[in-house]
Order: sequence, then structure tokens, then C-alpha cells
Amino acid sequence: MFLLKKFLKLFPTLFGICLLSFFVIRFIPGDPVMLLLGERGNDPEVYAQMKKSLGLDLPIYSQFGNYLSGVFKGDLGKSIITGKSIISEFFSRFPATLELSLFAMVFALILGIPLGILAAVNRGTFWDYFLMSGSLIGYSMPIFWWGLLLILLFSVNLGITPVSGRIDVLYYIEPWTNFILIDSLQREVISQDGFGPFISALKHLILPTIAMGTIPMAIIARMTRSSMLEVLDEEYIKTAKAKGQTNFKIVFKHALKNALIPIITVTGLMLGSLITGAILTETIFSWPGIGKWIVASVNQRDYPAIQGGVLIIGTLVVLVNRSIDILYYWVNPRLR
Amino acid sequence: MNVFLFFLLTLSTPLLAADQNLIYCSEGSPVAFNPQVTTDGTSSNAASYTIYNRLVDFKEGTTEVIPSLADSFDVSKDKMTYTFNLRKNVKFHTTKYFTPTRNLNADDVIFSFNRQMDKTNPYHLVGGGIYEYFQSMEMDKLIKSVEKIDQYKIKITLSQPNAAFLANLAMPFMSILSLEYAEKLIKEKNKDEIDQSPIGTGPFIFINYSKDNLIRFKGNINYFEGAPKIKQLIFSITPDANVRFQKLRAGECHFIIEPSPSDLPIIKGDKKFIVLEGPGLNVAYLALNTSKTPFDKLEVRLAINHALNKNAYIKAIYLDNAIVAKNPIPPTIWSYNNKIEDYDYNPKKSLELLKKAGLEKGFETEIWTLPINRPYNPNGKKMGEMMQADLAKIGIKAKLVTYDWGTYLAKANKGEHQMIQMGWTGDNGDPDNFLNVLLSCQAVKTGSNYARWCNKEFNDLIQNATIAIKKKDRINLYQKAQEVFKKDAPWVTLAHSTVYRAMSPQVKGYKISPLGHDIFTHVFVE
Repeated sequence: MFLLKKFLKLFPTLFGICLLSFFVIRFIPGDPVMLLLGERGNDPEVYAQMKKSLGLDLPIYSQFGNYLSGVFKGDLGKSIITGKSIISEFFSRFPATLELSLFAMVFALILGIPLGILAAVNRGTFWDYFLMSGSLIGYSMPIFWWGLLLILLFSVNLGITPVSGRIDVLYYIEPWTNFILIDSLQREVISQDGFGPFISALKHLILPTIAMGTIPMAIIARMTRSSMLEVLDEEYIKTAKAKGQTNFKIVFKHALKNALIPIITVTGLMLGSLITGAILTETIFSWPGIGKWIVASVNQRDYPAIQGGVLIIGTLVVLVNRSIDILYYWVNPRLR
Repeated sequence: MNVFLFFLLTLSTPLLAADQNLIYCSEGSPVAFNPQVTTDGTSSNAASYTIYNRLVDFKEGTTEVIPSLADSFDVSKDKMTYTFNLRKNVKFHTTKYFTPTRNLNADDVIFSFNRQMDKTNPYHLVGGGIYEYFQSMEMDKLIKSVEKIDQYKIKITLSQPNAAFLANLAMPFMSILSLEYAEKLIKEKNKDEIDQSPIGTGPFIFINYSKDNLIRFKGNINYFEGAPKIKQLIFSITPDANVRFQKLRAGECHFIIEPSPSDLPIIKGDKKFIVLEGPGLNVAYLALNTSKTPFDKLEVRLAINHALNKNAYIKAIYLDNAIVAKNPIPPTIWSYNNKIEDYDYNPKKSLELLKKAGLEKGFETEIWTLPINRPYNPNGKKMGEMMQADLAKIGIKAKLVTYDWGTYLAKANKGEHQMIQMGWTGDNGDPDNFLNVLLSCQAVKTGSNYARWCNKEFNDLIQNATIAIKKKDRINLYQKAQEVFKKDAPWVTLAHSTVYRAMSPQVKGYKISPLGHDIFTHVFVE
């Protein structure tokens, strides 16, 4: 019953997303038909015909009505630019973004947490200042600049990583899941090229992962530090120290467990904001994901693509957050 | 130690395979693989000269029209009827999704025309039923009929003579598709695929497209002109110009489109790369809205022409990657009138002219600056600021105005501007494609004559040039038209920008196209 209630509450939120994404893009000046026609000027007849074929000649409320009825039927419309279904356009690109986001998140956690602990344990020392100012730099680094710097160093000067793309272009892999790491392990691919494609895909992930994961890593490191400092001041830690426990045990067994709770919350919230990072990272590293797609759609005023893209991403973020809420409820009986 | 070595080895970037694979780092994703339904250069590069051919084509590296799928053609004396004799040995591509059972014939040509001009054609509405090029070049009104004389002979009758017709036929949107494939797709109820999984007759066969990532082609061993040397052609989609250059440096592409102007000195100075440059088939201009005061006065228009320091713009905005424009057509186009003298930079003269017009105290106005980078103008805003400063010297207070691109075009089409930065990239190398589209009286109505300048003498000259039979006459008429244009000064012609391509020295046989296309038919990797 509780679950049902929670999920029923999703509908107003999703309706709000539909409403906002539909109207906000229409409030931005710019006519998609004019953009398609460019400097060519236009024959009013061609203009009117184009507008009609895109359904943009209808009054705005009818357009919204048509859109909503489509959404209920699971049809988000077709892209103005490519004429393809929005759902297929989105989900053919989404795995690329998800794959990169997951790697970036793992990178941020694996480096961010230990660095935060190191700074907390050495509070007030050189290491603390060094790591925290480093994380401040990491946090304020513009992704496009950082990405280009990584390319110059690792790809051009050292020649150890590829510049951009998802896999060496000479490998031909039939898409199956669109997760390149999975697709490159298909039986046919391995029998033809061995593990070459898989290794190539991993190599292509290195730089985008670093570029995209740096800001979350900096945030996690700072969060871990402050959370650890708080926990390390708790009475039970002092008790553990008085009992003669080793520092290692105190930090990793007693303190970290409790310090992790806020970090996990932040990590969950950060997954949504990773999309913002994806937009820049994907552009620099020619990563064929949804960040790049949505930006291109906004520039071309591809209304259905923007509406559909925002709606799907919004739904996913809301669902993830709602699932976390439920998880809390499960874990912490006081919330019930 | 061994593990470490293995790790380093697997990390090192693979060298480009020498086995005649050409990797071309392109700038964007194609909209579709059918030039009939697309208008952008990116889509055109990805399909027009890889997958398809036309009845006639432009000779590589020029704007000269030569036979292609038609090995010969006759034009009637009145220039109203064109008869094309098709080649008999042209095979359509065999792919995973289609195996042709016959060679190209007249039915394929008729189908390709009819898809665009016949509203009852089953494919007319596929993709929305908009054939922007076909319609905006008024081919639907120009072509009266397309008839099959026999399997390999086609007769096209026009409603009036049009000297640019052959050049129009060589443009990407007149590509020839396979009727047999179209019929197969109708049976499979999958008509939309015609524009996404293409079948053509061109030098490269489409293998796959990974969205926003890469396009893969293989060389067509049955190509009627002989198989291309490249076995595999890969378009690696890399939108960022800096990254494209880094990929060239790292050996991940052989060839890059449009290097960033700021990278050009580095690329040019490095012997590891070759930079090709060619005059762009474009013009950047400042249109003066002659339907509004005070731009209806010739003296004011001349004053502005003398007030703007174009050489300074070429240095600061184009970083010297352009030449000053004096005519509305670029010098690569035949009939370019080189005798015309440009208005010199002379603020004193401008002041005198303003005095003559009764505006010695100057006036307030607006300059609309281009909101986005275009091939003909890399930085509209900065150019606007320089223009503002130049005009201030003669007492004209110009406010800079801009809108996002869509709004800019929509408002400009309605003539809401006073002075506006605009430009044009030619499609087919014919002067008509500039002068008629941008300066005819008809174009005032359609909106693309941004100066809203309708001069009877000029208009008659360019209309007569369209129906003139002899090329010599056309040249004469267009040259006279350019004189009329210069005298009446509806624009300040600004620049013709240069087109650049950078490549590895391994790449041989590439010719830069004045039309901006990248053609790899005769390219090979050494």
C-alpha cells in the first residue's frame, strides 16, 4: 500500500516535467522550421508546408494535447531533424552515457573516499592542505579545458591513450546492447579479433572517465573528509582508542562505516547531475551519448527530441530518487 | 616486469593500418543518407559523393559539369529539351540488406525525379515530403516532364530555358536511387529505410552508421569508373575542431575537415601534416535595407561602403584566411568581373557623401550581427564591434543587435533589420545561384534578398542570363549585372573566406573542392 502511494505520487511530478519541457522550449525564441531552412530564405509555401508536416501549425494547446496522448501511449513522437522515433534515438545513445557515467562514478569513489580519509586522518597537516586544495582545484576545473589537457598529455605527447571515440574505428562490432564493453565480448567478436576490441574500448574509456569523474571525485573527497572528522570526534571512537584499538581498525572498521552514510546520499544525488558533465565530456571526446544529443537538439530546436529526452531523464532521476527513499524507509524503521 | 611491458604495449595507440583504410575526421552527424532530403554539408559529404552519382557530376576540384551516370547528353537548340544516354554497365550496391538483380536503367532515374516532384509517388511523403533544394531551386516548376525513351535514354523537357539546369542536375539533391530497392522496401513495409540504409551506384558502399560516432563504407569493386583504391573509408565524427587536430597529431585520422583557424599556423609549420587551402565558394556581406530610410539614399550606402575598413576585418576576424570581396560572387565563379574597382577605405569621402545626403550630423541605426559562426564569417559579433567603431568615425551611431539564429533569420526575412551581416555559400558554381537567390526582385518576396533591393536593370540582366543560350552571352550579362550592383551598392561586400583541409602526407590524390565537398574516389593512402 505504502509503495503504491509512493509511486502514485510520481504522476504529478512526471506531468510537471512534461508541462515544463513542452512549454519552456517553446518560450525560447527560435523557429525550428526557419533553422531548417537557413539562409536560403524561403518560399512561404514551402515554409507553411514544412510547418504543417511537423504539426507546428496547430494551436499550442492542441500540440500539447497530442503530445500528452502520445506519451500515454508510449509514443514520444519523432525527431524533427532525423524523422526517427525519439525512444529509439534516446535508447540507442543512452548506454554510452550510462557506461561512461558508471565508470566516472566508480573512479570518483575509488579515489575520492581514500583521499578524503587520508586528509581527515592527517587533519591540519601538509597532506590535509595539499589534498584539500587539490580537490578544490579539481572541483573548479572546467571540463572542456581539463579534457583537452588530458588529451594533449596522454594521447598526443605520451601516446598511451586514444584521443576520442569509444573504440578503435577499425574494429567493426555489430551493436547488441550498445554497451561497448559488453558488445566487444560477443563470441563472434572474440573469435575474429580476440580481446583487442575489449582492450581498445577500455583504453577509450580512460580519459573521458578521468575528465568526467574529477569533479565528483573532488566533492566526494571533501564530503568524506568532513564526515570522517565528525565521526572521529564521536565518543565511541574515543572509547575504541581507549581500548587500545589500532588506528587502522578505528578508521576503517568503526569510523568509515558511519561516515559513509552521507557520502552514499550525495553519490545518489550526483548520478543525476552527471548528465551535466556528460554534455561537455561527450563533446570533447566525441562520445556518442545523450548529453551531446540533447545539446544538439536544443540548438536545432528539435522540440520532440528535447521534450522526450528531458522526460525520460527526468523519469529516470525521479525513479532512482524514489527508490532511494524506499530503501531508507526499509533500512530505518524510524521513518515509517 | 613482463606484465608491465604487456600493459604498456596494450595501452599504446594502434597505428593506422596501412591496408588502404582511410579515416576521415568529420565535423558532425548526418541527418540522413539521401541528399534529396538533406541540405547540410555534413549529410551531403556523408552520402552524395560516397554512395551516389547523378546524371552529370562536377569534375573533381572544379565546378565544370561532366557526364556521369549519363555518358552523353544532347541539348535541343531552344535549350528546352535535354536527352540523356545512360551508361549500360552501372551496378547498384550489393549489401547485407539488398542484392540488385539488374543494372541501372531509365526507371531508376525517373523514380529519383518523381520522388521529389510527383506528389502521388509512394515515396513522396516519406521523411515528410519536403525536398528543400528541389523546391527552393524551383525544379518542380522548371521541369515539365521526364520521359523514358528506352531502357537507357531519358528525355527531360523544361517549361522555359534555364542555363543553370545542367549545373543543378550535378548537385547532390539530384542523386539517383534504385527503384528496385524502393520496391523491395514497399513490399517489406519499411519505406523509411530508403533514407537510412542507402543503396546507390557510387564509389563506396555503405556498411553501417553508429550514431554520432562513425560511418563505415567499403570500396565498391564494381564502380563504373573503376574500383577506388581505398578498401575501407571511415568517417570518425569529431565535432570539436581542436580535438580533430589532436586526432590527426596522434595518428587517429588521416584527414580532417576545417581545422580551427587558431591551429592553422601550427599545422602549417609542421612537416608532418599537409594543409590544403582553396578559395571558398562564399561571400560575406553587410546588407543595407534599401526599403528603410536612410538606406534608400545611394549616398548613404556609398558612405558606408567607404567607411568600413575591410582589410582590418580580414586580419582580425579571419586571421588572414580570407580575401576582401568586391563583387557579390567569389572569384572562382565564371563571369566574375575583375574589372570592377572596390570602394576604398576613405572616411573623409564618407563624410562628404553624408553631407550630400543631408546627414552631415550622422544618424542612429542598428547593425544585426551574426549570432553563430558560419563558414563565411567566423565571428559576427567581433566584426560588428569593428564596424561600429568605423561608423562612429563618420558620425553614425550603430547599435549592435542580435538574436538566436532561428529568430535572426525569421526577422531578417521579414525585413525588420536596417543593416545586417549575412552571407552565402554557393551550391553549384553557377552565378545564378548567387545573384538570383540573393539579389533578384523575386528574392525580396521570398526574403533572401536581405537588402530588399529590387533594381529593374539588374533584374532584367540576370533573368536574361538565365535563358541565354550561349555561355559568352551569359558571361556578358552577369558582368554587366555586377557593374549595376556595384554602382547602386545595396551591400558592403566583405570577404570570401578560404577553405582548409589538413591531412597526413600519406594521403594522396585528394583535390579540394570549390563547392566544399570532400570526395575520396581517387584518394589513396601511401
